[in-house]
Amino acid sequence: MNIFIEYSLFIYFLPLLAFLVNIFFGKRLPRHGDWVSIGAVLITLALSMAMFAGMLFSYDPDFRVESSFTWISLGDFVIQLGFLVDNITITMLLVVALISSMSHIFSIKYMEGDPLYSRYYAYLSLFTFSMNGIVLSNNLMLLYMSWELVGLSSCLLIGFWFAKKSAADAGMKAFMTNRVGDIGFFIGIMLLFTAIGSVSYSDIFSGVANGKITGTLLTFAGVGLFFGAMGKSSQFPLHIWLPDAMEGPTPVSALMHAATMVAAGVFMMVRLFPIISPDALVFVAYIGGFTALFASTIAITQNDIKKVLAYSTVSQLGYMIMSVGTGAYVAAFFHLVTHAMFKANLFYGSGSVIHAMHHALHKKHDHETDPQDMRNMGGFKEKMPITYWSMLVSTFAIAGVPFFSGFLSKDAILAGSLSFANHHPEHFLLPVFGFGAALLTAFYMFRLIYMTFHNEPQMPELIEEIHESPKEMTFPLVLLATLSFFIFYTLPYFNPFSDHGWFTYVIEAKTSLVHGAPSAHAIAEGIHHSHLPAMIISLLVAGLGILLAWQMYLKRKLSAERYANKFSTLHRLSLNKFYVDELYERFIYTPVLKLAGKIAFLDWDLYDKYVVDGFGKFTEWFADLIGKMDYDGLDQGIVDGTGRSANRLGDILRNLQTGQLQNYILFALFGVILIVIIQTMV
Amino acid sequence: MSSVLFWIIAFVAIGSAFIVVLNKNLFYSAIALVFTFMGVAGLYVFLWADFMAGVQVMIYVGGILVLILFGIMLTNRISSVNISHSNYHQGIGAVIVIGIFFILGWMILETPWLRIVEQEPTQTVGKIGRLLMTEYLLPFEVASVLLLAALIGAAMLSRKAN
Amino acid sequence: MDQLHNYLLIASVLFSLGLFAVITRRNAVAVLMGVELILNSANLNFLAFSRFGGMNFNGHIFALFVIIMAAAEAAVALAIIINLYNNYQSINVDEAGQLKR
Repeated sequence: MNIFIEYSLFIYFLPLLAFLVNIFFGKRLPRHGDWVSIGAVLITLALSMAMFAGMLFSYDPDFRVESSFTWISLGDFVIQLGFLVDNITITMLLVVALISSMSHIFSIKYMEGDPLYSRYYAYLSLFTFSMNGIVLSNNLMLLYMSWELVGLSSCLLIGFWFAKKSAADAGMKAFMTNRVGDIGFFIGIMLLFTAIGSVSYSDIFSGVANGKITGTLLTFAGVGLFFGAMGKSSQFPLHIWLPDAMEGPTPVSALMHAATMVAAGVFMMVRLFPIISPDALVFVAYIGGFTALFASTIAITQNDIKKVLAYSTVSQLGYMIMSVGTGAYVAAFFHLVTHAMFKANLFYGSGSVIHAMHHALHKKHDHETDPQDMRNMGGFKEKMPITYWSMLVSTFAIAGVPFFSGFLSKDAILAGSLSFANHHPEHFLLPVFGFGAALLTAFYMFRLIYMTFHNEPQMPELIEEIHESPKEMTFPLVLLATLSFFIFYTLPYFNPFSDHGWFTYVIEAKTSLVHGAPSAHAIAEGIHHSHLPAMIISLLVAGLGILLAWQMYLKRKLSAERYANKFSTLHRLSLNKFYVDELYERFIYTPVLKLAGKIAFLDWDLYDKYVVDGFGKFTEWFADLIGKMDYDGLDQGIVDGTGRSANRLGDILRNLQTGQLQNYILFALFGVILIVIIQTMV
Repeated sequence: MSSVLFWIIAFVAIGSAFIVVLNKNLFYSAIALVFTFMGVAGLYVFLWADFMAGVQVMIYVGGILVLILFGIMLTNRISSVNISHSNYHQGIGAVIVIGIFFILGWMILETPWLRIVEQEPTQTVGKIGRLLMTEYLLPFEVASVLLLAALIGAAMLSRKAN
Repeated sequence: MDQLHNYLLIASVLFSLGLFAVITRRNAVAVLMGVELILNSANLNFLAFSRFGGMNFNGHIFALFVIIMAAAEAAVALAIIINLYNNYQSINVDEAGQLKR
């Protein structure tokens, strides 16, 4: 067996083992079993790094190992499960393992003393296991199973503090919203399976290439698959669960709802890009672009530090989706990787801040103040230098400042959208979405930094209680902040303005297999030509956003309140997240509930009461009747009667049984006579 | 002459059998049985079975009848003068038995009996002895064992349990 | 006297009488006597068939065995009767009904 497959097996099953150990024995183990999960994930990390090193050494864009076994075999119906290890897999594995290990380490202090500590680690391991399944799978079936497992572990972890109603509800909401997307996903899988007769990627790819499924059907299949990505990657209109998911512990938010799980949708789209038809891709691009802008407009007015980051995540995911839609799917994957680093870092930073706030408030016996509200912060810069600097680095990265990773990936995405609009002028909105979102991203991220760390403290009584977090928490911050510099993605080159490097070499864009789609080369050419204008515009908008934030929240030259009042309608819309939840409430939940109520009325009060109960009553009456017949007639008459007649007959016949031998002889002789008489008669 | 003798003997046998069956006194019955056995032995002679007639007289009259008499003596106290006994359901018994008799008689008279005429044998004992020692040797031996078993069994049964 | 059916008729009369004794007699010894009558009638039949069936001696042998059997039977029956008397102070067959109760 190939060494990569062997490593993959370990990577896949170790977290599962840790999950099983922790869920059953965690409480009885020393330290409540956290070392089991941490050990498992660290081994995973080491193996991923080994695989990554192997990939870099071979430096082969076409590297690809596949291994599968037959899972179901019913005559012609065969489903094979297996692993596919190529460069995308290895890179993604490393990202998952890295962020997961960071979360595991960060949680040691963050979750310290929680009564369900071991269960928390068990869930983390379960998540790692299922996420690796998504990454490693070479077929849609294992992908779908892992997909659902990820959804489950997400639901469990969001609702981890289930005693809090909002957390439990958020977990449920995440699961339900994902289900909506997953229905589309499943339809997509089934369309492909029906047309091609296999669920493995390679079969599906060759099936599409051979034209086994074409035209509208393929578009529908692509859109169906994208629905899964929409649910998991929290794209409009299924984005509502992600902000609520911030009810979960912050390391979980960093791991799942920023870096890995929500990226699963993007990952899936990247994997399946060659079979998505151009029509479906347009749909994908618009959904992604709109989400990017839409979410960032919400983020600018949020005051909850994690909510800002949540909407930022939605917006960035929109970027990636849009990038897939415009054909620049390598850029999407690139952004996925860089975003995973700096967004996870931002979440850890926010976790660190919240942790500090929480402890400070706890010391002051203040249980009213919200530790996540940025309006209660300010001036933390000196108190939490490590957190501040690492978060600042990540903010530069996400805002698209040169020399940081985000600049490169975002630039590639924007170039892709610009090139797409050049080729298809009717889609001019896509770059507008992109650049608009870039502007807003820079703005709200610096707003976050200024409100949290700069200025004078909003709650001066707290400030002396704010302390830097322990090493377990700052270590991931420093590490991930370091990984936000451009250098790690462009090696062996050192040009900070070009994404040219190992990443773009190793992960090579493949031409779509769908007939009539533009070739990868053409797309790359277009991106190359749009590179410079895109970079200039993105630098401009990022600078403008930072400047605005600087003026408004640091220098206070521009009053945020005044603008808020001036555009009060827009402000209110943004603050209230465009009332999406309320709209859902009004137009979906309430009507559905009402309909359900009506149906329930029909069912309970009419059907059950009259038909079902009536039937029951009739049956009861009928049963009584039958019972009477049975007991009084059958039992008493026939059954008992048989017994009684047998008894009576026995009473009569026992008189014959005299015990007198001579009587018997008499009877026997009588019988002889009878026989002879009958014999003569006949 | 011999015909008359035959009928006389037959009459004696049947008449005494009636007494055996119908007499109330058990002792008289036993005595009448002697005459029945003797009559049957006489009939054997008419059937050219002189050896069997001898055996009949010896075993039945000399053995079995003595046994029966012993039985009567032992089971009825000598002091009780009435050694009689009662019968029961004589009516139905008689009807059944007469029915059986008529069936048998009808059958005997109706059947066309095959008859093979044979010369009167000069001697019977030798032939019977030869048969017993050749063809019927095993039954003969088994019969001796049976007699032994009956002897022991009778002794065991009649012994007073102690 | 030269006719088979004469003997058979005499034997059947003896048989019927023996049967009658077996059925109607209460006294076990009397029953035994009835049995002897039946056996005698059977012997008579054997010998008659032997005589009119070609005078082979198989019938004689059979009659001989019947007599042997009768002797044994008489001995055992009398032993049983004596036992019965010892237990019940009576040899009436209808009183020996212990198994019926």
